[in-house]
Amino acid sequence: MRGKRDKHRRPPAAKGGVTRRDFLRGAGVTVSGGLLVGTQVGKAAQAPASSAVAGPGAVPVTLHVNGKVHRLQLEPRVTLLEALRNELDLTGAKKVCDRGVCGSCTVFVDRRPAYACDLLAIEAEGHQITTIEGIGSKDKLSPVMHAFVEHDAQQCGFCTPGFVMACTAFLERNPNPTLEEVEKGLGGNLCRCGTYAGIRLAVLDAAKAMKGGSHA
Amino acid sequence: MIPESFEYHAPKNLAEATRLVGQFGADGKLLAGGHSLVPLMKLRLAAPKHLIDITGIGELNYIREEGDRFEIGALTTHFQLESSGLLKSRCPLLPETAREIGDVQVRNKGTLGGSLAHSDPAADWPAAVVALDAEMHAVSASGERRIPAKDFFVDLLATALQPEEILAAIRVPALPARGGDAYAKHCHPASGFAVVGVAARVVLDERGNLAEIGVGITGVGPKAYRPAALEEALRGKSPGRKRLEEACAHAADGVEVNSDLYASAEYRGHLAAVYARRAVEKALERASENSQIS
Repeated sequence: MRGKRDKHRRPPAAKGGVTRRDFLRGAGVTVSGGLLVGTQVGKAAQAPASSAVAGPGAVPVTLHVNGKVHRLQLEPRVTLLEALRNELDLTGAKKVCDRGVCGSCTVFVDRRPAYACDLLAIEAEGHQITTIEGIGSKDKLSPVMHAFVEHDAQQCGFCTPGFVMACTAFLERNPNPTLEEVEKGLGGNLCRCGTYAGIRLAVLDAAKAMKGGSHA
Repeated sequence: MIPESFEYHAPKNLAEATRLVGQFGADGKLLAGGHSLVPLMKLRLAAPKHLIDITGIGELNYIREEGDRFEIGALTTHFQLESSGLLKSRCPLLPETAREIGDVQVRNKGTLGGSLAHSDPAADWPAAVVALDAEMHAVSASGERRIPAKDFFVDLLATALQPEEILAAIRVPALPARGGDAYAKHCHPASGFAVVGVAARVVLDERGNLAEIGVGITGVGPKAYRPAALEEALRGKSPGRKRLEEACAHAADGVEVNSDLYASAEYRGHLAAVYARRAVEKALERASENSQIS
């Protein structure tokens, strides 16, 4: 993941080992710079070579989630999933296996599906994060959400947000999928209730509904 | 599940990363995708004092053609390898292997180097790099060295990399004329790991005999390996179905076969023979198609 954390740059004067104080001083300057953060993100590749050090205590972390900028204080060991759920109250992404197997925490990182439980929040700096809350709501269901309702593609519903995210991303890359492609394409998500039959139908149906239009 | 506290470092280039790795030694751990390391840290099986996140180092993310070889940066993601048109036509074993890794979420973020350096006995990449006799390019603050793939995997989760070294790139040969690649995998249905994975590259001579064969097997033993007896039984021979079957029965010779809840050692050993045959058969089929074209 590139293009991030330039704001945590070591102050040019620092030599040898970087202390936490150095880091906090460097970070504090940028945080007070507020509005500049958004423009810095895209330019990180041009930033001079330098190393950032953060933690182990809480450090400033800026997250771009569903088009909004959030400035948080987080320990580096906090995962993106925990930051979303505990700090931003975005509880759509679920914590189930917490080890990158079940897919219930699936979010988009720069529009690509990823496990939020295996990603540190500080790693997600500089990337655009989209959660289930960002692609539809109770009053405005996305085509995939609508298809899940129509096909009763859930029982307990705990895996559903992750599945909806994975299905949405899958259909963006495969607008005319075969059943076999659906099965392979959604291999990163598990449903312990076993509602796969309904989910497959929902995906094929959503594919039809999404043709020719933007859905999110 | 929360990892122990650590200091987080985000070097912007390889030189800076090698300096940090040299400084922290065994107290440091490289983050290059995180699908293995982060869960291990949550389980407190790994507790590095310094986590060095190298995913921001753009200079380690590339696919470069160099004559009849490819050099691939360690931070190239599985997805990038899966979708590279250049590799699909010139070194198809890599995209075919990438496509079979885990699931789309893993492939979007996981990296070639991260997987190889972790050396999980059920990871897919080790089979391909062993089959291709890849050269692993390790860099440290004091220099660099090239490690042949056969010497790179030392044991379960152990590689020849020293604590102060970073795997920067791998080099693999492109598919030669009259060559064919294939990867055949029996996938664990939940984790996506290889219960058995067999990578094969074959090259036919003008008469249709097997001039060269490289087979790499993962998931079966503590580390990926080349089945010497299998290769020996086919090298230089005309690859008929019966000979192939007999040769592939030696797929797990001399290997201490893994056993777990999903597959007993006996079953896994059987799968090794079956998937070796499928991989070599497919590779031969493609080599023969490529022979007709050239």
